[in-house]
Amino acid sequence: MSAVFLVLSAFLASAVEMVEALTIVLASGIARGWRSSLTGVGAAVVVLAVVVAALGPALTVVPIDTLRLVVGAFLLVFGLQWLRKAILRAAGLKALHDEDAIYAETIAEARSLDASGFLLSFKGVLLEGLEVAFIVLTFGSTQGSIPLAAAGAAAAVVLVTVVGVAVRAPLGRVPENAMKFAVGVMLTTFGIFWSAEGAGAHWPGSDASLPGVLVFVVAVSFALVRLLRTPRVVTA
Amino acid sequence: MRFLRFWWEFVVGDDWVVAAGVVVALVVTALLQVWWLMPIAVVALLYLSLRRARA
Repeated sequence: MSAVFLVLSAFLASAVEMVEALTIVLASGIARGWRSSLTGVGAAVVVLAVVVAALGPALTVVPIDTLRLVVGAFLLVFGLQWLRKAILRAAGLKALHDEDAIYAETIAEARSLDASGFLLSFKGVLLEGLEVAFIVLTFGSTQGSIPLAAAGAAAAVVLVTVVGVAVRAPLGRVPENAMKFAVGVMLTTFGIFWSAEGAGAHWPGSDASLPGVLVFVVAVSFALVRLLRTPRVVTA
Repeated sequence: MRFLRFWWEFVVGDDWVVAAGVVVALVVTALLQVWWLMPIAVVALLYLSLRRARA
């Protein structure tokens, strides 16, 4: 019974972390191109494998809060850039398509990998992957079986990856600015959550407060679109 | 020089006030250890940045 509980606990805890990583990879892939995003995922998996193989159980000494602070701050600044542009477009204060910028981006993408997409995916997968490794080590060592905890985590990784591949195509059909709006909201949400945690703050309910932060960012973003859309009163 | 410009545009973007504000908010969060400061700071920074863009 305790073996089932261990596998299930590791599966659920790892699934939560993997869904967070998947959200960032999907956002990065849709916004910045799949080639760069998936290369970032591959690079993060290689670094993770090397770190886990080199450190093993000593992995728990990695300063995860520092990593959360750096990755969170990066995602927050980046997410706010996206959100700001998407709000300006939704409010009609910026053109929906900037043809010059699109041309420059297309040329740059054709020539090389997009650094933003690569780094976003890399950092997201590396941070969440390390958290999954911590879950396996802590759950596994306290319950006396690291392989069983690893099996639960592996099942979560496979399931979340399959879901990610399945939703990739339908997401690509969502209108461009709506998708950029969603990407900005997601990155800002994770950025707020991780950077505050990394700075030493404790969220009420831990990971359970993440949907609350998401609802807050969505509500604020829509309120700002409405506020900016309000026509100015012209006095005679 | 191109390398530095790339990183500046990549990290800071269109509005340096947002990046600087995030750093200040994180320092204050680290000092006070409160979770609610970052959401409030983000709303203030986003509003300020949008007003600057609209002006």
